[in-house]
Amino acid sequence: MNATIKITPEQRIAKLVKALNSAFEAKEYTVDEAFGEITLTVPRESLLEVLFELYGHASLGFDQLIDLCGVDYSTYGRVEWETSAASSTGFGRGVDRDVNIDLKEANRFAVVYHLLSIENNVRLRVRTYLDSEHPIVESVISVWPVADWFEREAFDLYGILFEGHPDLRRILTDYGFVGHPFRKDFPLSGHVEMRYDPEKKRVIYEPVSIEPRTLVPRVIREDNRYVNEESN
Amino acid sequence: MPEIRNYTLNFGPQHPSAHGVLRLVLEMDGEVIERSDPHIGLLHRGTEKLAETKPYNQNIPYMDRLDYVSMMQNEHAYVLAVEKLLGIEAPIRAQYIRTMFDEITRILNHMMWLGTHALDIGAMTVFLYCFREREDLMDCYEAVSGARMHAAYYRVGGVYRDLPDEMPRFSAKDLQRDKGELDRLNKNRLGSLLDFIEDFTDRFPGCVDEYETLLTENRIWKQRTVGIGVVTAERAKALGFTGPMLRGSGVEWDLRKKQPYAAYDKVDFDIPVGVNGDCYDRYLVRIEEIRQSNRIIKQCVDWLRANPGPVMVENHKIAPPKRAAMKSDMEGLIHHFKLFSEGYCTPPGEVYAAVEASKGEFGVYIISDGSNKPYRLKLRAPGFAHLMAMDEMAKGHMLADVVALIGTMDVVFGEIDR
Repeated sequence: MNATIKITPEQRIAKLVKALNSAFEAKEYTVDEAFGEITLTVPRESLLEVLFELYGHASLGFDQLIDLCGVDYSTYGRVEWETSAASSTGFGRGVDRDVNIDLKEANRFAVVYHLLSIENNVRLRVRTYLDSEHPIVESVISVWPVADWFEREAFDLYGILFEGHPDLRRILTDYGFVGHPFRKDFPLSGHVEMRYDPEKKRVIYEPVSIEPRTLVPRVIREDNRYVNEESN
Repeated sequence: MPEIRNYTLNFGPQHPSAHGVLRLVLEMDGEVIERSDPHIGLLHRGTEKLAETKPYNQNIPYMDRLDYVSMMQNEHAYVLAVEKLLGIEAPIRAQYIRTMFDEITRILNHMMWLGTHALDIGAMTVFLYCFREREDLMDCYEAVSGARMHAAYYRVGGVYRDLPDEMPRFSAKDLQRDKGELDRLNKNRLGSLLDFIEDFTDRFPGCVDEYETLLTENRIWKQRTVGIGVVTAERAKALGFTGPMLRGSGVEWDLRKKQPYAAYDKVDFDIPVGVNGDCYDRYLVRIEEIRQSNRIIKQCVDWLRANPGPVMVENHKIAPPKRAAMKSDMEGLIHHFKLFSEGYCTPPGEVYAAVEASKGEFGVYIISDGSNKPYRLKLRAPGFAHLMAMDEMAKGHMLADVVALIGTMDVVFGEIDR
């Protein structure tokens, strides 16, 4: 590795952006840089091809898949409590917890890959959006074997399907679990609860008895500190 | 001659050497493992989902409960991610305190690992020795945060408070022992916390030597670890190994050196690397890491003695104001109230921050939509990738070696199941 040549993280990132642009020339992938990190957004049709290129390309050489995760964007930017104006009785205390999710939304899900190049000491985030009806994407086990469990996890928690995965079983939830718990329309307290029934002498499942509640509502404040930063 | 059939064996989830709640379904040919299928998720608490419903600050205690033997390192990754999102940096003194406690945590973790790993494959004494030293470090946790394990000491923008000037002592009341015994126990607790830590770093290398005399050249230990679970460097990268698991296979990769955070670029230490990639090499790597951690702690102690200063940012939109200011100043009161009820909003965007935790790369990926809670929090646990390799590593080994493999992976289900 570059023990003798000291390069700063900024230089490494600039180098990576240059390498990305030259490797994926004439293709419509977006390269974003924010918070000192680079995100490559790729349509799902060409995902495997791009990842394979990222793995094998000499100047990129992303030999490790550090993380793979699913994301559900369906309530992105939605708040639970509107506080923009005070009425004569003060601010409203009602919390809006209704989840109305458009099930035909085009970019509801995303799969995010965090890659690491040990050789070049850079990280890259690759994201691909999936629609709500057929959240299916090609498996990357053939590129990085470590994807196995990460893909099983994304399937378990979000219901994202990975084409070509040899053994797409649930991994974190209970045997016989129904639903995909990390989707935004899945309540935090779940749908069923479990207890031992002394009469039936076995464990039984019942609908949850606890009421969902919000202790601190989700709010978005227009913060001038960050607005100024962007315009500068 | 009777027909020999393959045997399916259920290992765990209630098994003392499963290190928690691991269920392994093993397909055996006699005593040789043909296939192993780890079933995880028995400790799944949905930390990531819970975090989506809590303001940023309230998620810090959840981090302690992930890898519950290296608590502060998890907090570190989380606060680093939020700080990156907010565009703030902790004061230099806080950075050194974090570095010091990360290394204390690494020793804590490796002591736990060494003790249980040795216990699993037949060495009882090491376990007792390791837990003796762990106790002292737990006291450091307690002195600084009030809790022995789940500290919630690192905060966004610094650490909760500065190091105490006085180390808590044993009192005659809660010990029921004679005066001489009490004085012996309190001998190194008469000064500040830093004095206590310095005393620890002075005697700790001797303790590591003690563990090594018990294990390093021990015939039984070598028989159980040399050549077991060999992973080549190429394979280790492909399988997503990080930390000592990767270094044991000979890849010189340590985030503390390669992508320094906190004060790691200002302290001097070496990265140990293995050669053969077996359980024994990973053992040697971790032992050397303990010694290097001790070195880092010593340097941090010296720096912290010489450089007093703030340990938290002055921005009261993010860090609570002083208690006194809160009582007398209206703005302080408002800041305090807002911070502990609603929290703070971060700019929208996504960040990934990783630390070199004791087990490998512990990463925190936060997607923010500009609200006071993370929109999505993903925790990248090193153990998750390591345990996935169980099938590959165990193939062709004997049943008893599975225990050595679980030990060498240093699995903790708090982080794997999240």
